[in-house]
Amino acid sequence: MSPDHVFEKRPKAMADAEILLVEDDDFEAKTVIRAFSEARIANRITRVEDGVEALETLLGDWAANLGEHKLILLIDLNMPRMNGIELLREIRSDPKLRRLVCFVLTTSSSEQDIADAYDLNVAGYVVKSQAGEDFRQLVQLIDDYWTTVRMPE
Amino acid sequence: MRDVQFLLVEDDDLQGRNVIRAIQKARITNRIAWAEDGMEAIEILNGCHPWSRVSPPLIVLLDLTLPRMSGLEFLRTLRADPRFQSLVCFVLTGSDKSEDIAAAYDLNVAGVIEKSRVGEDFRSLLRLLESYWTVVRIPGDH
Repeated sequence: MSPDHVFEKRPKAMADAEILLVEDDDFEAKTVIRAFSEARIANRITRVEDGVEALETLLGDWAANLGEHKLILLIDLNMPRMNGIELLREIRSDPKLRRLVCFVLTTSSSEQDIADAYDLNVAGYVVKSQAGEDFRQLVQLIDDYWTTVRMPE
Repeated sequence: MRDVQFLLVEDDDLQGRNVIRAIQKARITNRIAWAEDGMEAIEILNGCHPWSRVSPPLIVLLDLTLPRMSGLEFLRTLRADPRFQSLVCFVLTGSDKSEDIAAAYDLNVAGVIEKSRVGEDFRSLLRLLESYWTVVRIPGDH
């Protein structure tokens, strides 16, 4: 799926802000991307399908200018190859990635998953059913977060 | 109705009062405990403070520059204790030193908020806390 339609509108403000969406389900990914695009707040969303692909992107193409972007990761938990918790473990143990701001976005509301995610330093754990119709409240949260929070450099 | 509690750790009387008033006015919660430094916050979390109590789900709002035990020392103490390892903390600071900000993120904060950027009456801070609490599930929040 191409994120190009997000590019087209060149949305308001939020310069240098970027989202990496790690989600194996096409339909869910499309819904999230559409929510951001409709709210016109994200400069760019890149979608990858699992933890392996996320690491390849972060350590490959993006490695050189990671620090220049306000990057937020939205990470699904249940994914093939490398799941969300495993991905977070990799991120937190890599000196170049460990300060990345990561939110979990999942259908799971298991206490164990919540505890594991917070132990791995997530900024927040979002259950999809609680993210508002068409993820509208999630989009609002990310917008408020970007506006107010000083991100790590 | 889900009910969140806040623990504000702030040594400045006026700032503290303003944050609490703003949170109450926005009706996010009425349950806000206030510690004036890290030591007092630890006492409250441990349940051995003479009159202040908190219980999960809890969000900590932490100033970095504090007497006795600084914000970063407080975070270090929290993260070394399995009971408080996954407690959600936002830093609310007047400092924009990038080493302080990096150190806070290394100690597992949900976000660092500069006081100079929260706007009049802490408006953008409240908006963030409100949407955070609407969408995010935190430990102890059933």
